[in-house]
Amino acid sequence: MDPSVLLADAAENLYPARMQMALSLGWHIVFACFGVAFPLITVVAEWLGHRRGDAALAGLAHTWAKAMGVLFAAGAVSGTLLSFEMGILWPGLMDRFGEVYGFPFVLEGFAFFIEAIFVGVYLFGWDRLSPRAHMLSAVPMIISGMAGAFFVVAANAWMNNPTGFGLDEEARVVDAQPWAAMFGPSTWPQVVHMLLAAYMVTGFTIASVYAVGMLRGRRDHRHRAGLLLPLALAAALTPVQIGVGDWIANTVADNQPVKLAAMEAQYETTAGASLSLGGVYVDDELRYALEIPNGLSLLIHHDPDGVVQGLEEVPADERPPVNVVHLAYNAMVGLGTALLLLAGWLGWVWWRRRRIPGTPWFLRAVAVSGVAAVVAMEAGWITTEVGRQPWTVYGILRTADAVSPAPGLYLGFYAVVVVYVLLTVLTVVVLRRLAHSSTTPAPQERDAPPPDRDAGEVALR
Amino acid sequence: MTLAEVVLSVMFLGLIAYGVFGGADFGAGIWDLLAGGTRRGGPQRGLIERSIAPIWEANHVWLIFVLVVLWTAFPGAFAAVVTTLYIPLTLAAFGMIARGAAFAFRKSVTTLGMRRSLGACFALSSLVTPYFLGAVVGGVASGRVPPGIAAGDVVTSWVNPTSVLGGVLAVLVCAYLAAVFLCADARREGTDDLAGQFRLRGLATAAVTGAVGIAGLFVLRADARQLFDGLTGRALPVVALSVVAGVAALGLLAARRYVPARAASALAVTAILVGWAVAQYPYVLVPELTIEEAAGGRSTLVAMLVALLGGSVVLLPALVYLYVLFQRAPRHDAAEPAAPGAVTS
Ligand code: HDD
Ligand code: HEM
Ligand code: HEM
Repeated sequence: MDPSVLLADAAENLYPARMQMALSLGWHIVFACFGVAFPLITVVAEWLGHRRGDAALAGLAHTWAKAMGVLFAAGAVSGTLLSFEMGILWPGLMDRFGEVYGFPFVLEGFAFFIEAIFVGVYLFGWDRLSPRAHMLSAVPMIISGMAGAFFVVAANAWMNNPTGFGLDEEARVVDAQPWAAMFGPSTWPQVVHMLLAAYMVTGFTIASVYAVGMLRGRRDHRHRAGLLLPLALAAALTPVQIGVGDWIANTVADNQPVKLAAMEAQYETTAGASLSLGGVYVDDELRYALEIPNGLSLLIHHDPDGVVQGLEEVPADERPPVNVVHLAYNAMVGLGTALLLLAGWLGWVWWRRRRIPGTPWFLRAVAVSGVAAVVAMEAGWITTEVGRQPWTVYGILRTADAVSPAPGLYLGFYAVVVVYVLLTVLTVVVLRRLAHSSTTPAPQERDAPPPDRDAGEVALR
Repeated sequence: MTLAEVVLSVMFLGLIAYGVFGGADFGAGIWDLLAGGTRRGGPQRGLIERSIAPIWEANHVWLIFVLVVLWTAFPGAFAAVVTTLYIPLTLAAFGMIARGAAFAFRKSVTTLGMRRSLGACFALSSLVTPYFLGAVVGGVASGRVPPGIAAGDVVTSWVNPTSVLGGVLAVLVCAYLAAVFLCADARREGTDDLAGQFRLRGLATAAVTGAVGIAGLFVLRADARQLFDGLTGRALPVVALSVVAGVAALGLLAARRYVPARAASALAVTAILVGWAVAQYPYVLVPELTIEEAAGGRSTLVAMLVALLGGSVVLLPALVYLYVLFQRAPRHDAAEPAAPGAVTS
């Protein structure tokens, strides 16, 4: 084919390909969070249920296990599409750098495999294994969920801070070192931040389901326990998450100063830079923002007069879309702070009175905390991914050079939108059904009736 | 064997596992489609449901495994294949989503209409997904994917005689495998009439698959000469093994020896896949890109082997445990609907 036609196709593909990637990842990550964090929360409920002989807790654990099965299935199918998309949409990335950073995905494959196996064992073995064996079968799930998150996020951290290879004069990869590539400077902060985010998202979301129930007047023991257990975990992690947020922000400042400048909408390189909240960035200037003098320098360098680099340091075509990054970043930090206040409220009342705060306002706050945590997490990813633009591999490979030039590729985006809308509706229907009737089977369960003559009708009733 | 060949072979083991286990899962969906009306097909659908519910997610990861090993160890070949063949691959991915979601969620919904449409979705996507995957194999095997990003024709690379053959064969093989596997499952549950039904289906699909396979040789001779020469030359012993195993499986099935029939039919399918690999050796992308040329750097390949070995040490026992747990599940166990009231308050 004529090369100019190919390039035209690539330009046509770029925007929809980015949107498609963002949609698929943004969808998958919500379910991935539950895949990472739900097993631990469920097994803790199961363990407490056994230890205290508390039927409500045991019942909660069983319902949660089923919900976990549903969410896991949704996560697994959406993840499959992702592995295709990595190559279909970004061949320029995989072709050149697959040997450098593809490796964590291989390890991730093993982690998912183990997780998928033990989700099956855990759900299937609910009444079939001894309580001890059953709870032990959750351990591989918990570990492999975390390990899987480590590996994928390590791959993403490599895109932010590529290490572990050399380039020859023609910019071809030489001397790829996959182990080194997996442990670049961004890996640990990103992984820890993501794992905490997964636990926060899961904890706050489950708690918010029971908060809604309590607001509707169902204040029984089951609802209280269903609220308190996940909420306590998420609330305990929130301050840690904010500390880790500081760590990750410092890593970004050191390694990706342009991204940091976009996060703060900072045009000029300044000493004693102020921290700006909100506002709109037009013509290289941030307007209508709330400024905290010297705040940014203090946060980044832990010194009020530290020098913070601005966007002016790089040519205009190497700057990310500032407004998206800045607002997403502010949204994450703002919501993180709000969740911290909620956690503080719970902690204070618990410390003084050993009970959950009694006012309906507390329940209302918990009811929205799940959404808040999900939005904070999505906003964090938008900060990371859009802030990396125009680079796919920071400073080395432009997104425009990574995209596939295949004709008609952009049509896939519309199809993906339709598929995800349907999938979302379906998942919500099934989860609601699960919430209303605890005998609803989960996808991995095998408790359909036996194949006697009228099994077909039984199954249909 | 060179390092690259070792890594590729390990990937191929993953592909075989996907072909056999994933293939049987797809095939079960195809039989679900053909099971007949809601009432009449009920018992068959119940059996299908019970035999794949706990394992379909795990079986499915084999494909992920194949993809990630390819993109890390053979990045150029991977990029060439997925960009040129992006249409059937995207459709296959949608098929997997539709199938997984519909299967997973259909038993959780209660309204008849929704259950029926999800059931239809599951069954139809079980049919089209292996077709597209087979068409992809056909495109690669007939040398229609040149090296380079989106360098091949995005339509004719999968709409061509060899791809059609690949797709049809994939569907038939899945159906065949599933029928044989379901026979053994039905017997374990003590429902010999169901086993008998699937036995007949297994025999019939085997006959059709064999006929298509023979006709296919003529298609290949006309459309994919290099593959044909390989299959009838170097790969002939493997192809012969496949035929022998296939015939043996037929005999065992006819004699109602379901468990050995399972092994023999799995061997037959494995041999077909190996035959393809041997016929196409040493090329990853016929007729231009060899395994050595396509492979990534040495450290990557070594890291990969270490990971694959270490990973299997963890994975294989877990996988065996999973299969044993489900295979051993006694009949009365399946009969009790897991006494939900006992634990849920
Ligand atoms: C519940 C979710 C959540 C909460 C409350 C926070 N974050 Fe966050 N943040 C994430 C969830 C998240 C995330 C989605 O998990 C990201 C995206 C990429 C990553 O590794 O973590 C992220 C990324 C991310 C980045 C970009 C990293 C990069 O580009 O490499 C920075 C600088 C921060 N965070 C900083 C903070 C600060 C200072 C917070 C304090 C309030 C904070 N985050 C709260
Ligand atoms: C931060 C990012 C990610 C996290 C934490 C994550 C985590 C997970 C988890 C825990 C699962 C298991 C299923 C579940 O629990 O829902 C899963 C499934 C999957 N993910 Fe992701 N994932 C991430 C991003 C990605 C990316 C970028 C890809 C591919 C390029 C990917 C591919 C997959 C695949 C293929 C599966 C399905 C595996 C199976 O069938 O069991 N994920 N992911
Ligand atoms: C952890 C694994 C992840 C990997 C390996 C990954 C990889 C990628 C790749 C290859 C692209 C396309 C090239 C580019 O634009 O640079 C991309 C873009 C994008 N990703 Fe991620 N991603 C990950 C997680 C996420 C998550 C969880 C989200 C959630 C919202 C996300 C949001 C986005 C967005 C919004 C874009 C488009 C950016 C733009 O073009 O402006 N990513 N990612």
